[in-house]
Amino acid sequence: MAITKEDIERLADLARLNLTPEEIEKLTGDMETIINYSMNKLNELNTDDVQPMEHVLPVRNVFREDICEQSFDREDILKNAPEKSEGCFLVPKVVE
Amino acid sequence: MELTKLTACQAADKIRKKEISVPELTYAYLDKIIELNKKIGAYITVCGQEAEKQADIVQKKFDKNEELPLIAGIPAGINDNICTSGVLTSCGSRMLSNFVPPYDATVIKKLSQNHAVLLGKLNMDEFAMGSSNETSWYGQVKNPWDPERVPGGSGGGAAAAVASKMACFALGSDTGGSARLAASFCGVVGLRPTYGTVSRYGLVAFASSMDQAAPVTRDVADCAAVMNVIAGYDPLDSISRDSGYEDYTSFLENDVKGLKIGLPKEYFSGAVQKEVKEKVLDAAKVFESLGAEIEEISLPLFEYALPAYYIISSAEASSNLAQYDGIKYGYRAQQFEDLVDLYKKSRGEGFGEEVKRRILFGTYVLGAGNYDVFYNKALKVKRMIFEEYQNAYQKVDIILGPTAPSTAFKIGEKTVDPLDMYLIDAYTVPVNLAGLCAISLPCGFDSSGLPVGMQLIGKPYGEGTILRAAFTYEKNTGGNGGIDRGV
Amino acid sequence: MEYEVVIGLEIHAELATKSKIYCGCTTEFGGEPNTHCCPGCIGMPGALPVLNKAVVEYAIKAGLATNCEISHYSRQDRKHYFYPDLAKAYQISQCEYPLCRNGYLEIEVNGEKKKIGITRIHIEEDAGKLIHDEYGRGTFVDYNRSGVPLIEIVTEPDMRSSAEVKAFFEKLKAILEYTAVSDCKMQEGSLRADINLSVRPKGQKEFGVRTEMKNLNSIRAIVRAVEFEAKRQILELEYGGVIERETRRWDDVKGESYSMRTKEEATDYRYMPDPDLYPIYVDQEWIEQIRATIPELPDDRKKRFISELGIPEYDASIITASKPLADFFEAAAKESKNAKAISNWVMGDLMKKLNDTGLEPSDIPFAPGNLARLVSLIDENVISGKIAKQVFDIMWETGEDPADIVEKKGLKVVTDTDAIRSVIIQVISANPKSVEDYKSGKTKAMGFLIGQIMRETKGKADPQAVNRLLKEELDKL
Repeated sequence: MAITKEDIERLADLARLNLTPEEIEKLTGDMETIINYSMNKLNELNTDDVQPMEHVLPVRNVFREDICEQSFDREDILKNAPEKSEGCFLVPKVVE
Repeated sequence: MELTKLTACQAADKIRKKEISVPELTYAYLDKIIELNKKIGAYITVCGQEAEKQADIVQKKFDKNEELPLIAGIPAGINDNICTSGVLTSCGSRMLSNFVPPYDATVIKKLSQNHAVLLGKLNMDEFAMGSSNETSWYGQVKNPWDPERVPGGSGGGAAAAVASKMACFALGSDTGGSARLAASFCGVVGLRPTYGTVSRYGLVAFASSMDQAAPVTRDVADCAAVMNVIAGYDPLDSISRDSGYEDYTSFLENDVKGLKIGLPKEYFSGAVQKEVKEKVLDAAKVFESLGAEIEEISLPLFEYALPAYYIISSAEASSNLAQYDGIKYGYRAQQFEDLVDLYKKSRGEGFGEEVKRRILFGTYVLGAGNYDVFYNKALKVKRMIFEEYQNAYQKVDIILGPTAPSTAFKIGEKTVDPLDMYLIDAYTVPVNLAGLCAISLPCGFDSSGLPVGMQLIGKPYGEGTILRAAFTYEKNTGGNGGIDRGV
Repeated sequence: MEYEVVIGLEIHAELATKSKIYCGCTTEFGGEPNTHCCPGCIGMPGALPVLNKAVVEYAIKAGLATNCEISHYSRQDRKHYFYPDLAKAYQISQCEYPLCRNGYLEIEVNGEKKKIGITRIHIEEDAGKLIHDEYGRGTFVDYNRSGVPLIEIVTEPDMRSSAEVKAFFEKLKAILEYTAVSDCKMQEGSLRADINLSVRPKGQKEFGVRTEMKNLNSIRAIVRAVEFEAKRQILELEYGGVIERETRRWDDVKGESYSMRTKEEATDYRYMPDPDLYPIYVDQEWIEQIRATIPELPDDRKKRFISELGIPEYDASIITASKPLADFFEAAAKESKNAKAISNWVMGDLMKKLNDTGLEPSDIPFAPGNLARLVSLIDENVISGKIAKQVFDIMWETGEDPADIVEKKGLKVVTDTDAIRSVIIQVISANPKSVEDYKSGKTKAMGFLIGQIMRETKGKADPQAVNRLLKEELDKL
């Protein structure tokens, strides 16, 4: 299966990653290798009657009670914010 | 007596006998860090002042003859993907190079409650993705045995620090073998706990279904002691096991009589360094001579664990790393046109190549048309592998093999073709995929004087058995794998 | 060409739990920005979710109250997209295995009953809020709402008119209020609807292309949006145009929908089972425990009001559509024992006040007992119906007991026949023309005279007495 530069560009867009032309070049080759290797390898196995295993432990119904805990101080919440204003995180204008 | 040569158990004993003090021990380590860190690059952040303060506080408790846990006063390094309140937690990435968490990971709280002394934060592959510590924003960690070689990864800093005596023990992380692989390359002990045994709260997520914090220590006894502190139920982690915890040090018995040890034939059919194979088979003979039964077993699905692991871990990584966007914390691009550009530039500039590679692969395998062929298929293969091990453990108690197909390779040797690097994890990833536990410990050296690591794999919650086997091996082969040599 | 409108709704209701779905932060509305947050709410590295049990129970309750099948196995999945209000860049929701399925609600429009199918109900977390800066510095992000639990209720495309949409939505809202699953305060955003609408030539089996309008937060807006969009699509098709599959923004001020023109390729959410959360298994025992906590629902309550309290069906429908209103009514009716009169007051003066002031029935400024006692005062002839309206207004302003108001303002009906008679005689002598008109058969003139008498007595004269005595006096002439 061939992976093209356009495929990588589309994935990068979906994952919000800016890539330089050199990166796109290298990653296109890398991804083709990795994708084909993993796909071909796994296709050697017949998994028709196998259920996917999401969790290795057969645990169910892990809950917490509906009790309020103390929230963090706003100062701590915002401490690492690159841009903030009036108690909020600040981002470039979001166009609806 | 060089204080940094003491294991945690030895140091704990001497502290109680008043032969050494906690501050003395701490200064010895801080001095060692000053001496070696520039060369080896194991630490990203050193918390000298804080460590000295902690050391004083703990010493006062000892002076009052308070009953303290074994780990009290013992200086440790912490992987930089474990959140430490008020201390930079970078995950080896430019993306978090300015991130100071306002909270402690649960494992840190536990270490603090038990009065360990935290020396600093350890270098690692970016976001724990890598097998050689060559992807860190903070530069290469060197293998203390040979600075032209990698220390293994992703937790290279942890293993290098323990091996070069810049820490008495370290808390690493293990998602695909990170702690064990580095332990193997650096000649120290690394344990991968059964998934759910150690709280993940505060451990920065890479592959959520497989992440665990992992002790990296000088010897097996220290490893058990650290496990006693960090293992336990945590209501903040839904995956955390709510019962069945034991005293791991109770398994430190010199006895493997009747222990059934499986040796998978598939382990040696691929490309394994000759001396690695030799040393592991030697170890098997040692076990046999002590009364264990070595049995050849077959794990035909062995070769499929790696591709399944990479699909699942990359998918989860692409999901877990989506939140890094320069908005709430972390690296934010300076120049951008609009919101979408802010995302793309912050992430494009903040992440390194390996991380981007895995995010792209993960995004790919979760894509609408690919989910069934890749991600869902990988989950099915995971079940098949899980069941294969279940069957194997009907016949044997533990499985023995190499931790890695080779000893430490040279820096830059495997960075051209990503698959080369991924294949290093062949022996370690099945453990993570199938929810098993495993310990890596030194079992000799190759002709270049590089440590060879062997891996003992236990069934889920089987830490007791692998600790016992590892302890027995150590006791009968002259101590802890030659940590005194070289560095 | 006749067209048929096809409408489906996706409704988001914030659950009335105390704490958020995956952490212990409060779900309280309002609060200074970013003060109801923890590392989990803002997607800080290392944070993990733990599911609030009450969220599951509330969702099951909502499912049972809407005739759904409760799934014995259900799972939480991550839905990925990038937007500043989504802290983790994924929303934990349920994709393939929702908690509830295959329900329905019965609505009645113009006397006709119809079942509207509910495809599914699932649990998920709400996102934060974006606040646009008027000074153009950018957009502010407040994560207080991030992690507030939601249920998403998806209907089948079974509705065919705005009337049906209104009926369905009001019924659903009532059920959510009755079961206390959500406080349904639309102005606070705790209940919002997305509208999926398409049109097709009558008789055509295939659905037309549908558009989506998101986050409508008032019943009025929903109705107007449905009507506008249906018209727009029909017009478009009639002029030979084509409907684009898109999300449109509803502008309630302008009363129009707009294409959002965002470069939106169909978003690939890359759903993935959430590895941090274990599956939810619901057994029959748990379902029955929850079922036992469901109170009398609107339909049953309506039937009971009709049969036990004897009020008309129309009144019962309107009153039971809102739980607080029904509670108020029932308490008043039981105390007063004249349910029909209470019903009239509720349907008339009370509803008008609520509409005028924009208050919710839960905020009626006096107790049900006050209304009951007001009705009693009328029944016992202490005050007239007209005076009672005055008392009602004062009661609304002050919340005082009606008897006290009557006492203070001296509004009691004047029954003293002598006093009335003297007023009557006065009015008669002051209005000879009317008297003549009456005598010559114009019965309307009587009404005029009564009006004058009531004015003189400031409305306090007992109307029956006035009538009787006026007739007497007039007959004397």
